[in-house]
Amino acid sequence: MHYSSLERLAARRPFFEKRAALAASLRRFFAAEHFLEVTTPSLIAAPAQEEYIETVAAADGFLRPSPEMEMKILLAAGYDRIYELGPCWRVDEFGRRHRREFTMLEYYAAGFDYRELFRFTAAMFAAVARELGGSEIVRYRGAEIDLSIESAEVITVDEAFRRYAGCSSGEGDFDELMVTRIEPKLGRGHLTCLTDYPADRAALARRKSGDPSVAERWELYIGGMELANAFSELTDEAEQRRRFTEAAAVRAAGGLQSYPEAGDFFAALHSGLPESAGCAVGFDRLAMVFCDVDDIADVQM
Amino acid sequence: MYSASDLRKGLKIEIDGAPWIITEFEFCKPGKGTALYRCRMKNMITGIGMEKTYRPTDKIDKPDLDELDTFYSYFDGHNYVFSNAETYEELHVSADFLGRNTYFLMENDPCHFVMYNNEPIEITLPTFIVKTITETEPGARGDTATNVLKPAKVDNGYEIQVPLFINIGDVVKIDTRTGEYAERVSKA
Repeated sequence: MHYSSLERLAARRPFFEKRAALAASLRRFFAAEHFLEVTTPSLIAAPAQEEYIETVAAADGFLRPSPEMEMKILLAAGYDRIYELGPCWRVDEFGRRHRREFTMLEYYAAGFDYRELFRFTAAMFAAVARELGGSEIVRYRGAEIDLSIESAEVITVDEAFRRYAGCSSGEGDFDELMVTRIEPKLGRGHLTCLTDYPADRAALARRKSGDPSVAERWELYIGGMELANAFSELTDEAEQRRRFTEAAAVRAAGGLQSYPEAGDFFAALHSGLPESAGCAVGFDRLAMVFCDVDDIADVQM
Repeated sequence: MYSASDLRKGLKIEIDGAPWIITEFEFCKPGKGTALYRCRMKNMITGIGMEKTYRPTDKIDKPDLDELDTFYSYFDGHNYVFSNAETYEELHVSADFLGRNTYFLMENDPCHFVMYNNEPIEITLPTFIVKTITETEPGARGDTATNVLKPAKVDNGYEIQVPLFINIGDVVKIDTRTGEYAERVSKA
């Protein structure tokens, strides 16, 4: 290793210390809320069938792109409040906010829906901000952002498209408009909860009661950066099978690797997943916020 | 062919028969969405900039680019003639392409070219050349300020801004990248 890269690593010590303090603070919050920390396998037999997530094949299985399926098996086994903080892997994701290997904070709560999980998540962000910086207001990239739930903005995907892209969420290129026109406007000065995604953009989420065209899903933004993704979890086994079959067909049509059937996951769904909600937070990105850096490289080795 | 995941800052690509260099690059991926490779790029011939977004399945053409080491030989009355440093093959380059660089060519100086489809699109000269001042107002003695400039000409007619203390007969260094005065080498 070059001396200069050792020097660069040594210079990152304040960020690594902040990262460790953040993890400790999150663990205190979860303990106080009676969540059990779990460690599910990183090497899994079958990942979820999702159109746009490529998984690293390893040994006779895959490195998990998220701990979602294994954690839901625990939910079905009666673990009603669980969280995991650990590494995940995705192929070809590399940029200022992406790394092939990253750390995910994921948690599930039986009896919660996506709204309750938003209140929980916002309270958690505010609590760690108080512990780390003495205030619910953080300075990120030259701007103050109030993480308190009282000042949080809740906006539906369709409203956000109309306001920032000048069209409905069904028109134009969803992903491109989201990245270029909408995301940069979110989480400015406060938390933004972007909610009610088109149903076809959430393979494991429940459809909204009263409006099946959208899913009970939200994403949370700070300073234009997506920090978290949450659902009211889909508990219907047949519906889940149908969605995986559809996604597998899209994957096959696009020439993407095929994944084996997730047998244990479906067995758990079959035995009964409790009504629940789950959330995945990009832990490295949360560390970026508290370190006030805009490249994920600064908070990783 | 490149695939989208090869894209990065500094990569040279071909679009509709023109070479482009990527000047800014960002990988984006909205939650549960498709990866987007956002590029800002510059046309290597015209210098025009544009933005373009690629998707994971996109294929991108590779330009036929060559790097060529030469040294400058002579002016044949129409073109400037360079010799390939390995093969001594001659390369004829127009004054149009060279622009102000025509003033900075010194016999036997190394010159590096980037060639696209066998036509030069980029030239790199030695960073500094040395020239003698032939015209300028008399220097203000004792004025060593380098931030106040006056016009001057060098021996081949090139016009340049120099500090007040420079006199006719002084030898100066010129930065070929900017075309500007760099420092005085010796006094007249």
